Amino acid sequence: MVNKKATTTKTGFFDQMASAPSTDEFIKGLWRENPIFVQVLGMCPTLAVTNSLTNALAMGLATTFVLVASNGLISSLRNFIPKQVRIATYILIIATFVTLIDYGIQATSVALHKSLGAFISLIVVNCLILGRAEAFASKNNVGLSLLDGLGMGLGFTFALSCLGALREIMGNGSLLNVQIFGEAYQEWIVMILPAGGFFTLAIWLLFFNVLKKKKMA
Amino acid sequence: MKELTLQIRTSPHLKTTLSTDTIMLHVILSLIPVVIFAVYAFGWSGLTLMVTTTLSCVLTEYILNGKDKGTKALKDWSAVLTGLLLALTLPPGFPLWMAFVGGMVAIALGKFVFGGLGQNLFNPALVGRAMLQAAFPVAITTWTNAMAPDRFSSFIASSLTLPFLEPIKADAISGATPLSAFKFDKITTDVQDLALGFTSGSLGETCAVLIALGGLYLAVRKMLNWRIPVGILGTVAVFTGLLYLIDPSKYPAPLAMLFSGGLMLGAVYMATDMVSSPLSSIGVWIYSFVIGLLVVLIRIWGGLPEGVMYAILFGNALAPVLDKTIPKRIYGMPSVKTKTAKA
Repeated sequence: MVNKKATTTKTGFFDQMASAPSTDEFIKGLWRENPIFVQVLGMCPTLAVTNSLTNALAMGLATTFVLVASNGLISSLRNFIPKQVRIATYILIIATFVTLIDYGIQATSVALHKSLGAFISLIVVNCLILGRAEAFASKNNVGLSLLDGLGMGLGFTFALSCLGALREIMGNGSLLNVQIFGEAYQEWIVMILPAGGFFTLAIWLLFFNVLKKKKMA
Repeated sequence: MKELTLQIRTSPHLKTTLSTDTIMLHVILSLIPVVIFAVYAFGWSGLTLMVTTTLSCVLTEYILNGKDKGTKALKDWSAVLTGLLLALTLPPGFPLWMAFVGGMVAIALGKFVFGGLGQNLFNPALVGRAMLQAAFPVAITTWTNAMAPDRFSSFIASSLTLPFLEPIKADAISGATPLSAFKFDKITTDVQDLALGFTSGSLGETCAVLIALGGLYLAVRKMLNWRIPVGILGTVAVFTGLLYLIDPSKYPAPLAMLFSGGLMLGAVYMATDMVSSPLSSIGVWIYSFVIGLLVVLIRIWGGLPEGVMYAILFGNALAPVLDKTIPKRIYGMPSVKTKTAKA
């Protein structure tokens, strides 16, 4: 069974590309059902760790890894997991992969691990991952679930990078830790503070909603 | 027999002549002495700063409201007032491009996103200033001395910083405000200087006497709820008075507290914003008590030397709660007691 939304209109570039159902499951997470700009899921990492593009990319890719792996495993086990304890089982599976990526990041870059802090462990309770497990992986076959996880994860990474880039450029005058403006550039300190996360999210949501409205009209 | 002419009209039959634009215009008029004094004390930099924020607020209001509603929205003078009040809370040498950003934020984020005039939760001018404080903490705490000899011949160096660039540092002319002087160095400033405005500080927060006179005029014309400034200033006076009695060497004198910083401007012109203050009298008293208490707490024990802005913003956030929890009697309706008894 393919979880296809019958009501969505197919007019855009991505939608025309998505003729086969499998490509559609991949494409939808990038744009049409983007986890942040459309579903507004996983707000905790979105607001907390997007103060630089490096952090945003690392967070997005870590989440993508967990999403793909847990979607695949949950989908392959979907006929064996008892309905009554399914949430607990999902959490257990997700937590396993989060621990893996946690140790992985710590082993490769201690600095990155420090700047992401508790938010790596908090991927366990990211509602996006549990949401995909419950809404998609538990009802679809392994292949489609992997594609869905990858699409959603990359869409999440894309959105996080949008926020991270804007916040780093405005708040620090740099991109990926490289200064792009001169010495005299005035940093907008508020952008790398928590309040800036809300401002930036609002700016991007506004931008993408305007785009969507124009596309609909 | 003469024929009777009957006119059929719907209520209300008695109308007040006070409308939004009259009130706004009078508030602006009452600010004129403060504005003139600010220009006198800080020279061309002060004048351009006020012109910049006002222009930025007016432009933002016009653009956001669109072509058709733009001119209509400007006719209530509220954008002009917001711009003027924002400028009065900024240091005289504040870079003009930052002030322009502040004006845009004040109107767009402080007023427009909530639905325009009458819908805003917070005082727009203070929203603009809070954003500027968070974004440019250094520029907004760089003060220059009042009555500088060259104030009418040249601009303060940092005023004319190019957009998106850091303000030029000129340490030689910077002066600490009376509040930070007391907080960090325990230097007290003469009360007379504070009241008359011969100290460094934001544009409109130095001359306490002129602000109080403007407030008095508005209160007499019933365009301002006198309970709010009285409540705030009274709370501050009583609390600092108590502290001063306990240890005069450690805590500032109550009069110095009343006349320094943005307290007078905040209590008279910011906290009294009709939209963002509570409606009922009891609510207003609680509101002004909380603001006064927070001002004292932040000034004496907080990390910042000045806390009027955050105190008023907090009070604004409290206002809807006060309006909901305190039952009020609606004109022409039975009193609250009988109504609740029935229900």
